[in-house]
Amino acid sequence: MSVWSGYLSLILQGALVTIELTFMGSALALVVAFIAGLARLSRFFAVRALATAYIEFFRGTSIFVQLFWVYFVLPFAGLTLTPLQAGVLALGLNVGAYGAEVVRGAVKAIGREQTEACIALNLSRFQRMRYIILPQALPLMLPTFCNNAIELLKGTAVVSLISLTDMTFQAQVVRAQTGDTLIPFTTILLLYFLMAWAISTGMRWLEHRMTRGLDGVRV
Amino acid sequence: MEWDWDFVWQIMPTLLEGFKITILATVLGAMVAGILGLAIALARRSSIAALSRSVGFFAEFIRGTPLLVQLYFIFYVLPDIGIRLAPLVAGVIGIGLHYATYTAEVYRAGIENVPRGQWEAAKAANLTERQTWIHVILPQAIPPMIPALANYFIAMFKETPLLSAITVLELMNQAKSIANSNYRYIEPMTLVGVFFLVISLISVIGLRCLEERYARLDD
Repeated sequence: MSVWSGYLSLILQGALVTIELTFMGSALALVVAFIAGLARLSRFFAVRALATAYIEFFRGTSIFVQLFWVYFVLPFAGLTLTPLQAGVLALGLNVGAYGAEVVRGAVKAIGREQTEACIALNLSRFQRMRYIILPQALPLMLPTFCNNAIELLKGTAVVSLISLTDMTFQAQVVRAQTGDTLIPFTTILLLYFLMAWAISTGMRWLEHRMTRGLDGVRV
Repeated sequence: MEWDWDFVWQIMPTLLEGFKITILATVLGAMVAGILGLAIALARRSSIAALSRSVGFFAEFIRGTPLLVQLYFIFYVLPDIGIRLAPLVAGVIGIGLHYATYTAEVYRAGIENVPRGQWEAAKAANLTERQTWIHVILPQAIPPMIPALANYFIAMFKETPLLSAITVLELMNQAKSIANSNYRYIEPMTLVGVFFLVISLISVIGLRCLEERYARLDD
């Protein structure tokens, strides 16, 4: 029994790494999503083209390929990253590309009359975005952001393949040392599911909070 | 380290060999996902509460946990209880099952999108259950599903590199073994990225055509 508690604590240490990766990856993804999503709506062709290239590139290949590329090829270009940095970078950029489309879609979903009203009120472009469009677009983005965050959580398992000691990696360690497969893998499947559940519950709460007072305003 | 074209041509046959397996895994996985997804969708519509609940929870669980861990589960745990699978078979089952939970949602939405009036009219015209499905519901439900299904199959194609973790010799695995034996990462890893990007971009164009041909599901 004491042996199992030792292995369980190993898996729980891995769970901490997974949670850490999910948080840092999500933070990066969120920033990237807004930058790229708003850039796709820019007036300037060059900015739009750049954002489109970024989004198509990161949505066209999987997180696994990107992670290996970041971890194994970038060092030859003189940029050596630790597994954790490589993981956060790849996860953030990958999910950020999906998030960018969500941001763009939500901003475009806000009716034209809102923009026209802003022009009539002589608000600047920044003010229009900051005070009128984004506060209305944000609640539209949340449900999809929730799915993206869960996709990111699931993506973190891939970092175990570049020797980052996350939950999946630790389960493999336990498998290698004990030869038992059912207990470690079932444990981490349950833990992943629990985390996904926590994310969706948290997001629902956030959505509830953000839409408070908007009833009757939104169509 | 410099990009070396000679090395590129030298490794190309090996990569193409792996690419064939990637395509094979994608096609087989798509078939499993297509059929199993329909089964899940129909089970969830079942009037037997125990069946629809448990299938619903199962699908939710699969969608909330990483594909990589599910692949490990199939590849390492099942042999311990006497089910021995070849890597490719295990991979196809894993990836097919994972995406079946996504395609099930597409089927569900497609079926629910058929207006109630159609069911009632079929009943009024005294059609049998079978006739209702084959002549009324499915012909209306299927076309809008096609772009959404294709979208998931493209996503599945991009996830196939994960099969390399359970020793399937697909594109990513071939690239890794080339990289490890020659200690050159730039060419094989970049080429894998290019392969996936090219196929994805082509399929995105194909997807746009499909979307134009058949109306989108969410419109």
